[in-house]
Amino acid sequence: MKIIELKETVTASNDRDAEALRAEMKEKGTLLINLMASPGAGKTTLLERTIRDLSGDYNIAVLEADVDSSVDAERIEKVGAKAIQVHTGGMCHMDAGMTRNGLEEMGYEGVDLAFLENVGNLICPAEFDTGAGKKVMILSTPEGDDKPLKYPLMFTESDVLIISKIDVAEYFDFDFEKCEERAKKLNPNITIFKLSSKTGEGFEAWEKWLRGAVADWKDAAK
Amino acid sequence: MHEMGIVLHLAKTLDETAVEEKITKIGKVTLQVGEVSGIMTDLFTDAWDYFKGRHPVLSESTLVIEPIKAVTWCDGCKKEYETVLYGKTCPYCGSGETWLVRGNECVIKEIEAECEEPDSE
Repeated sequence: MKIIELKETVTASNDRDAEALRAEMKEKGTLLINLMASPGAGKTTLLERTIRDLSGDYNIAVLEADVDSSVDAERIEKVGAKAIQVHTGGMCHMDAGMTRNGLEEMGYEGVDLAFLENVGNLICPAEFDTGAGKKVMILSTPEGDDKPLKYPLMFTESDVLIISKIDVAEYFDFDFEKCEERAKKLNPNITIFKLSSKTGEGFEAWEKWLRGAVADWKDAAK
Repeated sequence: MHEMGIVLHLAKTLDETAVEEKITKIGKVTLQVGEVSGIMTDLFTDAWDYFKGRHPVLSESTLVIEPIKAVTWCDGCKKEYETVLYGKTCPYCGSGETWLVRGNECVIKEIEAECEEPDSE
């Protein structure tokens, strides 16, 4: 036997797959957003309102990743976006290969904005590059303002932090200032939006950011 | 639970290497795992022993894990300290402007391999 020095990260094969997928999607002008949060933070509800507001201007598709069931994909289809349900087969996260399979199965020709609704989990999804152009995470106020301290990698990796369910924040003693300070300490470049998917408060800023991100993505492809 | 996912990727990365390098059998696989990588090494080794059977080239492989100490750099006083003991706050000056230098990696350092063609040496 001989010794071969690799000096490669363990997930090198995934990182290569992710880079290839990102490059392909850039060429096709489709911005893929990896949406991550705990179970019940309101990922699907956020998408429902976002799709209702933006589907007049953009062709939107959603990849719903769950361990089981297809309830989320059904909800998304009801508001008029293309959706596919991907089962991760017990895995707690999506990787680039699973994302590519889902996208190709659904077909994303002509899609401007695609969301990957990752498995509800604040740990594992942060560790795997899915090939998405942007990473967005949601933290809902009932979860507490201490989450950046407990799940730092998710906050470090995300481009955007959405603090959701602001309409009920007072019942949970959620300290916005503390939460934002903790998140910024981990990731000084993180963009933060505060909103309620139920009342629609705060959606304007989030959707303005989305419009800008889609435009930038398409510009970069030219 | 993400150990299982990482093990799957490790197997895939090694499978690809085996094809590129015309490797028929892989023996010892040496990994460098950072203290704050979030990988539980016991779980990781168990998952490996379970999965390696699915890949003929890996079926007789063994994992050797070399731990790497986590070190954080303080921008405030320009010193390094042990991450596991003090976390994000510098023990010398109390600053929070600190950055992880190493300790969150999981790298394949080297593998022992048997190749199709005899060694030229």
